[in-house]
Amino acid sequence: MFDKKILLDPVGATNPVTIQILGICSALAVTSRLKTAVVVGLSVIIVVALSNVVISLIRNYIPSKVRIIIEMTVIASLVILVDQFLKAYAYQLSKQLSVFVGLIITNCIVLGRLEAFAMANPPVPSFLDGVGNGLGYALILAVVGSLRELLGSGSLWGYRVIPEPLYAAGYSDNGLMVLAPGAFIILALIIWAQRTYTGYREE
Amino acid sequence: MDLVNIGIKSIFTENIILAYFLGMCSFLALSKKVSTSVGLGLAVVFVLSITTPVNWLLNEYLLREGALAWLGPGFAPVDLSFLSFITFIAVIAAMVQIVEMAVEKFSMTLYNALGIYLPLITVNCAILGVALFMVERRYTLAQATVFGFSSGIGWFLAIVSMAAIRHKLRYSNIPAGMRGLGITMLITGLMAIAFMIFSGIDLGN
Repeated sequence: MFDKKILLDPVGATNPVTIQILGICSALAVTSRLKTAVVVGLSVIIVVALSNVVISLIRNYIPSKVRIIIEMTVIASLVILVDQFLKAYAYQLSKQLSVFVGLIITNCIVLGRLEAFAMANPPVPSFLDGVGNGLGYALILAVVGSLRELLGSGSLWGYRVIPEPLYAAGYSDNGLMVLAPGAFIILALIIWAQRTYTGYREE
Repeated sequence: MDLVNIGIKSIFTENIILAYFLGMCSFLALSKKVSTSVGLGLAVVFVLSITTPVNWLLNEYLLREGALAWLGPGFAPVDLSFLSFITFIAVIAAMVQIVEMAVEKFSMTLYNALGIYLPLITVNCAILGVALFMVERRYTLAQATVFGFSSGIGWFLAIVSMAAIRHKLRYSNIPAGMRGLGITMLITGLMAIAFMIFSGIDLGN
Protein backbone atom coordinates (compact mmCIF):
# COMPACT_ATOMS: atom_id res chain seq x y z
CA MET A 1 0.00 0.00 0.00
CA PHE A 2 2.70 2.43 0.98
CA ASP A 3 4.82 3.10 -2.07
CA LYS A 4 7.87 5.23 -1.40
CA LYS A 5 8.34 5.96 -5.09
CA ILE A 6 5.02 7.82 -5.34
CA LEU A 7 6.06 10.06 -2.48
CA LEU A 8 9.69 10.71 -3.37
CA ASP A 9 9.80 10.82 -7.17
CA PRO A 10 8.08 14.22 -7.50
CA VAL A 11 10.58 15.76 -5.08
CA GLY A 12 13.48 15.10 -7.45
CA ALA A 13 13.19 13.13 -10.67
CA THR A 14 9.73 14.30 -11.77
CA ASN A 15 9.69 17.63 -9.96
CA PRO A 16 6.50 19.53 -10.85
CA VAL A 17 8.24 22.88 -11.35
CA THR A 18 11.51 22.08 -13.07
CA ILE A 19 10.49 18.98 -15.08
CA GLN A 20 6.73 19.08 -15.58
CA ILE A 21 6.60 22.91 -15.94
CA LEU A 22 3.56 23.27 -13.68
CA GLY A 23 2.73 26.02 -11.23
CA ILE A 24 5.40 28.49 -12.27
CA CYS A 25 3.26 31.58 -11.67
CA SER A 26 3.14 31.43 -7.92
CA ALA A 27 6.58 29.86 -7.73
CA LEU A 28 7.97 33.23 -8.73
CA ALA A 29 5.59 35.75 -7.25
CA VAL A 30 5.91 34.77 -3.60
CA THR A 31 9.62 34.05 -3.44
CA SER A 32 11.16 37.47 -2.80
CA ARG A 33 11.16 36.46 0.90
CA LEU A 34 11.83 32.99 2.33
CA LYS A 35 8.97 33.22 4.82
CA THR A 36 6.21 33.83 2.26
CA ALA A 37 7.70 31.12 0.03
CA VAL A 38 7.53 28.54 2.82
CA VAL A 39 3.97 29.52 3.79
CA VAL A 40 2.72 29.18 0.22
CA GLY A 41 4.65 25.91 -0.14
CA LEU A 42 2.89 24.49 2.93
CA SER A 43 -0.51 25.72 1.72
CA VAL A 44 0.02 24.02 -1.64
CA ILE A 45 1.03 20.73 0.05
CA ILE A 46 -2.22 20.81 2.06
CA VAL A 47 -4.40 21.71 -0.92
CA VAL A 48 -2.88 19.16 -3.32
CA ALA A 49 -2.93 16.32 -0.80
CA LEU A 50 -6.49 16.90 0.41
CA SER A 51 -8.00 17.59 -3.01
CA ASN A 52 -6.32 14.45 -4.32
CA VAL A 53 -7.97 12.44 -1.53
CA VAL A 54 -11.41 14.00 -2.05
CA ILE A 55 -11.41 13.56 -5.82
CA SER A 56 -10.02 10.05 -5.52
CA LEU A 57 -12.86 9.11 -3.12
CA ILE A 58 -15.56 10.30 -5.52
CA ARG A 59 -13.73 9.47 -8.75
CA ASN A 60 -16.18 6.73 -9.77
CA TYR A 61 -19.20 9.03 -9.46
CA ILE A 62 -17.91 12.04 -11.43
CA PRO A 63 -19.33 12.31 -14.95
CA SER A 64 -16.34 12.98 -17.18
CA LYS A 65 -18.03 15.88 -18.97
CA VAL A 66 -18.29 18.13 -15.91
CA ARG A 67 -15.20 16.89 -14.10
CA ILE A 68 -13.18 20.09 -14.53
CA ILE A 69 -15.88 22.15 -12.84
CA ILE A 70 -16.19 19.64 -9.99
CA GLU A 71 -12.43 19.62 -9.53
CA MET A 72 -12.30 23.42 -9.53
CA THR A 73 -15.04 23.55 -6.88
CA VAL A 74 -13.20 21.14 -4.60
CA ILE A 75 -9.92 23.05 -5.03
CA ALA A 76 -11.57 26.44 -4.48
CA SER A 77 -13.26 25.25 -1.26
CA LEU A 78 -9.95 23.98 0.13
CA VAL A 79 -8.18 27.21 -0.82
CA ILE A 80 -10.90 29.22 0.93
CA LEU A 81 -10.23 27.18 4.09
CA VAL A 82 -6.49 27.87 3.85
CA ASP A 83 -7.11 31.56 3.21
CA GLN A 84 -9.50 31.92 6.16
CA PHE A 85 -7.02 30.08 8.38
CA LEU A 86 -4.17 32.42 7.37
CA LYS A 87 -6.38 35.47 7.90
CA ALA A 88 -7.27 34.26 11.38
CA TYR A 89 -3.83 33.21 12.61
CA ALA A 90 -1.31 35.13 10.49
CA TYR A 91 -3.07 38.28 9.34
CA GLN A 92 0.11 40.24 8.55
CA LEU A 93 1.40 37.41 6.38
CA SER A 94 -1.88 37.01 4.52
CA LYS A 95 -1.82 40.76 3.75
CA GLN A 96 1.68 40.40 2.29
CA LEU A 97 0.63 37.45 0.15
CA SER A 98 -2.41 39.43 -1.07
CA VAL A 99 -3.98 37.68 -4.06
CA PHE A 100 -1.46 34.88 -4.28
CA VAL A 101 -3.19 32.59 -1.78
CA GLY A 102 -6.31 32.75 -3.96
CA LEU A 103 -4.24 32.00 -7.00
CA ILE A 104 -3.43 28.52 -5.64
CA ILE A 105 -6.79 27.65 -7.25
CA THR A 106 -5.36 28.16 -10.71
CA ASN A 107 -2.01 26.62 -9.80
CA CYS A 108 -1.66 24.02 -12.53
CA ILE A 109 -0.02 21.53 -10.14
CA VAL A 110 -3.26 20.97 -8.28
CA LEU A 111 -5.45 20.43 -11.34
CA GLY A 112 -2.67 18.54 -13.08
CA ARG A 113 -2.32 15.99 -10.25
CA LEU A 114 -6.10 15.57 -9.98
CA GLU A 115 -6.36 14.84 -13.69
CA ALA A 116 -3.26 12.71 -13.98
CA PHE A 117 -3.32 10.75 -10.73
CA ALA A 118 -6.34 11.09 -8.43
CA MET A 119 -8.90 10.33 -11.15
CA ALA A 120 -7.35 6.89 -11.64
CA ASN A 121 -6.02 5.84 -8.23
CA PRO A 122 -7.36 4.95 -4.75
CA PRO A 123 -7.18 7.52 -1.90
CA VAL A 124 -4.00 6.43 -0.09
CA PRO A 125 -1.61 6.53 -3.09
CA SER A 126 -3.36 9.76 -4.18
CA PHE A 127 -2.62 11.31 -0.81
CA LEU A 128 1.06 10.32 -1.07
CA ASP A 129 1.24 11.63 -4.63
CA GLY A 130 -0.26 14.93 -3.47
CA VAL A 131 2.17 15.27 -0.57
CA GLY A 132 5.10 14.36 -2.82
CA ASN A 133 4.25 16.87 -5.51
CA GLY A 134 3.53 19.51 -2.91
CA LEU A 135 6.92 18.84 -1.33
CA GLY A 136 8.71 19.04 -4.68
CA TYR A 137 7.04 22.37 -5.29
CA ALA A 138 7.73 23.69 -1.79
CA LEU A 139 11.39 22.68 -2.10
CA ILE A 140 11.91 24.74 -5.27
CA LEU A 141 10.03 27.65 -3.67
CA ALA A 142 12.25 27.51 -0.59
CA VAL A 143 15.45 27.39 -2.66
CA VAL A 144 14.41 30.29 -4.91
CA GLY A 145 13.13 32.22 -1.88
CA SER A 146 16.30 31.86 0.15
CA LEU A 147 18.57 32.75 -2.79
CA ARG A 148 16.52 35.85 -3.63
CA GLU A 149 16.32 37.03 -0.03
CA LEU A 150 20.00 36.36 0.61
CA LEU A 151 21.26 38.12 -2.53
CA GLY A 152 18.56 40.80 -2.66
CA SER A 153 18.30 41.92 0.97
CA GLY A 154 21.22 40.20 2.69
CA SER A 155 18.95 38.41 5.15
CA LEU A 156 17.26 35.03 5.67
CA TRP A 157 13.81 34.59 7.28
CA GLY A 158 14.01 38.28 8.17
CA TYR A 159 17.33 37.96 10.06
CA ARG A 160 20.44 39.71 8.75
CA VAL A 161 23.00 37.19 7.48
CA ILE A 162 25.53 39.30 5.60
CA PRO A 163 27.60 41.02 8.33
CA GLU A 164 27.79 44.83 8.60
CA PRO A 165 31.60 45.09 8.03
CA LEU A 166 31.11 43.58 4.57
CA TYR A 167 28.78 46.45 3.65
CA ALA A 168 31.30 48.90 5.03
CA ALA A 169 33.92 47.29 2.79
CA GLY A 170 31.85 48.10 -0.28
CA TYR A 171 29.49 45.12 -0.66
CA SER A 172 25.95 46.04 -1.63
CA ASP A 173 22.71 44.08 -2.10
CA ASN A 174 21.64 43.20 -5.61
CA GLY A 175 18.35 45.05 -5.98
CA LEU A 176 17.49 43.13 -9.14
CA MET A 177 16.95 39.94 -7.10
CA VAL A 178 13.96 41.42 -5.27
CA LEU A 179 12.34 42.44 -8.55
CA ALA A 180 10.70 40.21 -11.14
CA PRO A 181 13.69 39.64 -13.46
CA GLY A 182 15.76 38.21 -10.59
CA ALA A 183 13.13 35.52 -10.02
CA PHE A 184 13.14 34.46 -13.66
CA ILE A 185 16.91 34.30 -13.85
CA ILE A 186 17.35 32.37 -10.57
CA LEU A 187 14.72 29.82 -11.60
CA ALA A 188 16.36 29.45 -15.01
CA LEU A 189 19.69 28.67 -13.36
CA ILE A 190 18.10 26.18 -10.94
CA ILE A 191 16.43 24.41 -13.88
CA TRP A 192 19.74 24.30 -15.71
CA ALA A 193 21.56 22.83 -12.69
CA GLN A 194 18.83 20.28 -11.96
CA ARG A 195 18.55 19.11 -15.57
CA THR A 196 22.30 18.82 -15.95
CA TYR A 197 22.37 16.71 -12.78
CA THR A 198 19.45 14.40 -13.66
CA GLY A 199 20.22 14.32 -17.39
CA TYR A 200 16.62 15.23 -18.31
CA ARG A 201 16.36 16.58 -21.87
CA GLU A 202 13.58 18.47 -23.57
CA GLU A 203 12.99 18.19 -27.29
CA MET B 1 -6.77 60.62 -17.63
CA ASP B 2 -6.98 58.24 -14.72
CA LEU B 3 -8.22 55.51 -17.07
CA VAL B 4 -5.41 56.12 -19.59
CA ASN B 5 -2.95 55.88 -16.72
CA ILE B 6 -4.33 52.53 -15.57
CA GLY B 7 -4.23 51.31 -19.16
CA ILE B 8 -0.61 52.31 -19.80
CA LYS B 9 0.47 50.98 -16.42
CA SER B 10 -1.06 47.55 -16.83
CA ILE B 11 0.29 47.13 -20.37
CA PHE B 12 3.87 48.26 -19.75
CA THR B 13 5.09 49.04 -16.24
CA GLU B 14 2.97 46.50 -14.34
CA ASN B 15 2.72 43.89 -17.06
CA ILE B 16 0.72 40.95 -15.77
CA ILE B 17 3.35 38.39 -16.76
CA LEU B 18 6.59 40.28 -16.44
CA ALA B 19 5.87 41.97 -13.12
CA TYR B 20 3.27 39.72 -11.45
CA PHE B 21 4.11 36.34 -13.03
CA LEU B 22 0.48 35.54 -13.85
CA GLY B 23 -0.40 33.21 -16.71
CA MET B 24 3.09 31.72 -16.87
CA CYS B 25 2.03 28.12 -17.56
CA SER B 26 0.35 28.76 -20.90
CA PHE B 27 2.93 31.45 -21.64
CA LEU B 28 5.72 28.88 -21.43
CA ALA B 29 3.86 26.00 -23.03
CA LEU B 30 2.28 27.77 -26.00
CA SER B 31 4.88 30.31 -27.07
CA LYS B 32 6.61 28.01 -29.53
CA LYS B 33 4.85 29.31 -32.63
CA VAL B 34 3.88 32.91 -33.42
CA SER B 35 0.51 31.96 -34.96
CA THR B 36 -0.71 29.95 -31.95
CA SER B 37 0.46 32.61 -29.53
CA VAL B 38 -1.48 35.28 -31.44
CA GLY B 39 -4.62 33.12 -31.21
CA LEU B 40 -4.20 32.47 -27.52
CA GLY B 41 -3.34 36.11 -26.82
CA LEU B 42 -6.51 37.31 -28.55
CA ALA B 43 -8.59 34.78 -26.63
CA VAL B 44 -7.15 36.02 -23.34
CA VAL B 45 -7.86 39.68 -24.21
CA PHE B 46 -11.39 38.69 -25.14
CA VAL B 47 -12.15 36.71 -21.98
CA LEU B 48 -10.48 39.25 -19.68
CA SER B 49 -12.50 42.16 -21.13
CA ILE B 50 -15.74 40.24 -20.50
CA THR B 51 -15.10 38.54 -17.15
CA THR B 52 -13.62 41.53 -15.33
CA PRO B 53 -16.75 43.75 -15.50
CA VAL B 54 -19.01 40.76 -14.71
CA ASN B 55 -16.93 39.86 -11.66
CA TRP B 56 -16.94 43.52 -10.62
CA LEU B 57 -20.75 43.61 -10.69
CA LEU B 58 -20.98 40.37 -8.70
CA ASN B 59 -18.52 41.63 -6.12
CA GLU B 60 -20.27 45.00 -5.81
CA TYR B 61 -23.84 43.70 -5.52
CA LEU B 62 -23.41 40.27 -3.94
CA LEU B 63 -20.13 39.56 -2.24
CA ARG B 64 -18.45 42.51 -0.53
CA GLU B 65 -19.35 43.59 2.97
CA GLY B 66 -22.69 45.42 2.92
CA ALA B 67 -23.26 44.56 -0.74
CA LEU B 68 -26.63 42.98 -0.06
CA ALA B 69 -28.07 46.23 1.36
CA TRP B 70 -30.26 46.58 -1.76
CA LEU B 71 -32.31 43.59 -0.56
CA GLY B 72 -33.36 45.46 2.56
CA PRO B 73 -31.76 46.91 5.69
CA GLY B 74 -31.63 43.48 7.36
CA PHE B 75 -29.11 42.28 4.82
CA ALA B 76 -26.71 45.20 5.26
CA PRO B 77 -24.29 43.50 7.72
CA VAL B 78 -23.93 40.36 5.56
CA ASP B 79 -20.37 39.81 4.34
CA LEU B 80 -19.97 37.10 1.73
CA SER B 81 -16.47 38.06 0.62
CA PHE B 82 -15.08 34.68 1.72
CA LEU B 83 -17.03 33.19 -1.20
CA SER B 84 -15.24 35.36 -3.74
CA PHE B 85 -12.68 32.74 -4.90
CA ILE B 86 -15.29 30.13 -5.68
CA THR B 87 -17.64 32.67 -7.31
CA PHE B 88 -14.96 34.21 -9.49
CA ILE B 89 -13.64 30.87 -10.73
CA ALA B 90 -17.18 29.68 -11.47
CA VAL B 91 -17.91 32.89 -13.39
CA ILE B 92 -14.70 32.51 -15.35
CA ALA B 93 -15.40 28.86 -16.22
CA ALA B 94 -18.98 29.66 -17.22
CA MET B 95 -17.97 32.76 -19.19
CA VAL B 96 -15.34 30.86 -21.12
CA GLN B 97 -17.98 28.27 -22.00
CA ILE B 98 -20.50 30.93 -23.11
CA VAL B 99 -17.91 32.86 -25.09
CA GLU B 100 -16.93 29.63 -26.81
CA MET B 101 -20.53 28.87 -27.81
CA ALA B 102 -21.23 32.44 -28.92
CA VAL B 103 -18.10 32.64 -31.02
CA GLU B 104 -18.93 29.29 -32.60
CA LYS B 105 -22.42 30.53 -33.55
CA PHE B 106 -21.58 33.97 -34.86
CA SER B 107 -18.12 33.81 -36.36
CA MET B 108 -16.72 30.56 -37.65
CA THR B 109 -13.46 32.25 -38.68
CA LEU B 110 -12.78 33.55 -35.20
CA TYR B 111 -13.84 30.19 -33.74
CA ASN B 112 -11.38 28.34 -35.93
CA ALA B 113 -8.65 30.78 -34.95
CA LEU B 114 -9.31 30.60 -31.18
CA GLY B 115 -11.16 27.28 -30.93
CA ILE B 116 -8.83 24.97 -29.09
CA TYR B 117 -7.32 27.67 -26.86
CA LEU B 118 -10.55 28.96 -25.36
CA PRO B 119 -11.13 26.11 -22.84
CA LEU B 120 -7.52 26.38 -21.64
CA ILE B 121 -8.14 29.93 -20.48
CA THR B 122 -10.18 28.83 -17.45
CA VAL B 123 -7.02 27.75 -15.67
CA ASN B 124 -4.93 30.73 -16.81
CA CYS B 125 -3.97 32.47 -13.57
CA ALA B 126 -4.00 35.85 -15.30
CA ILE B 127 -7.82 35.84 -15.47
CA LEU B 128 -8.39 35.03 -11.80
CA GLY B 129 -5.48 37.26 -10.83
CA VAL B 130 -6.99 40.30 -12.54
CA ALA B 131 -10.32 39.66 -10.79
CA LEU B 132 -8.61 39.47 -7.39
CA PHE B 133 -6.40 42.53 -8.00
CA MET B 134 -9.47 44.51 -9.07
CA VAL B 135 -11.14 43.77 -5.74
CA GLU B 136 -8.01 44.46 -3.72
CA ARG B 137 -7.36 47.82 -5.39
CA ARG B 138 -11.00 48.91 -5.11
CA TYR B 139 -11.40 49.93 -8.74
CA THR B 140 -14.64 51.46 -10.05
CA LEU B 141 -16.51 49.70 -12.87
CA ALA B 142 -14.85 51.82 -15.59
CA GLN B 143 -11.40 51.39 -14.06
CA ALA B 144 -11.88 47.65 -13.71
CA THR B 145 -12.96 47.31 -17.34
CA VAL B 146 -9.94 49.24 -18.59
CA PHE B 147 -7.69 47.26 -16.24
CA GLY B 148 -9.02 43.93 -17.55
CA PHE B 149 -8.70 44.89 -21.20
CA SER B 150 -5.22 46.38 -20.98
CA SER B 151 -3.89 43.53 -18.82
CA GLY B 152 -5.00 41.28 -21.64
CA ILE B 153 -3.17 43.45 -24.16
CA GLY B 154 -0.04 43.32 -22.00
CA TRP B 155 -0.23 39.53 -21.86
CA PHE B 156 -0.78 39.39 -25.64
CA LEU B 157 2.26 41.59 -26.23
CA ALA B 158 4.50 39.47 -24.01
CA ILE B 159 3.52 36.07 -25.44
CA VAL B 160 3.77 37.21 -29.07
CA SER B 161 7.22 38.72 -28.57
CA MET B 162 8.34 35.58 -26.72
CA ALA B 163 7.12 33.40 -29.60
CA ALA B 164 9.02 35.56 -32.09
CA ILE B 165 12.23 35.29 -30.04
CA ARG B 166 11.89 31.51 -29.65
CA HIS B 167 11.39 31.23 -33.39
CA LYS B 168 14.75 32.91 -33.91
CA LEU B 169 16.35 30.70 -31.24
CA ARG B 170 15.56 27.48 -33.09
CA TYR B 171 18.95 27.32 -34.75
CA SER B 172 21.05 28.54 -31.84
CA ASN B 173 23.46 26.28 -30.04
CA ILE B 174 22.07 26.20 -26.50
CA PRO B 175 23.64 24.06 -23.71
CA ALA B 176 21.68 20.78 -23.49
CA GLY B 177 20.32 21.26 -19.96
CA MET B 178 19.20 24.78 -20.77
CA ARG B 179 17.07 23.86 -23.82
CA GLY B 180 13.35 24.44 -23.61
CA LEU B 181 12.17 25.70 -20.25
CA GLY B 182 15.54 26.99 -19.01
CA ILE B 183 16.33 29.32 -21.86
CA THR B 184 12.70 30.51 -22.03
CA MET B 185 12.82 31.53 -18.37
CA LEU B 186 16.10 33.34 -18.89
CA ILE B 187 14.70 35.28 -21.87
CA THR B 188 11.60 36.14 -19.88
CA GLY B 189 13.92 37.59 -17.26
CA LEU B 190 15.69 39.71 -19.86
CA MET B 191 12.31 40.83 -21.25
CA ALA B 192 11.22 41.82 -17.75
CA ILE B 193 14.37 43.95 -17.44
CA ALA B 194 13.56 45.55 -20.81
CA PHE B 195 10.01 46.34 -19.68
CA MET B 196 11.39 47.95 -16.51
CA ILE B 197 12.51 50.95 -18.54
CA PHE B 198 8.85 51.97 -18.65
CA SER B 199 8.64 52.22 -14.87
CA GLY B 200 8.16 55.69 -13.53
CA ILE B 201 5.74 56.66 -16.29
CA ASP B 202 2.81 58.29 -14.55
CA LEU B 203 0.17 60.26 -16.41
CA GLY B 204 -1.85 60.78 -13.24
CA ASN B 205 -0.67 64.31 -12.56
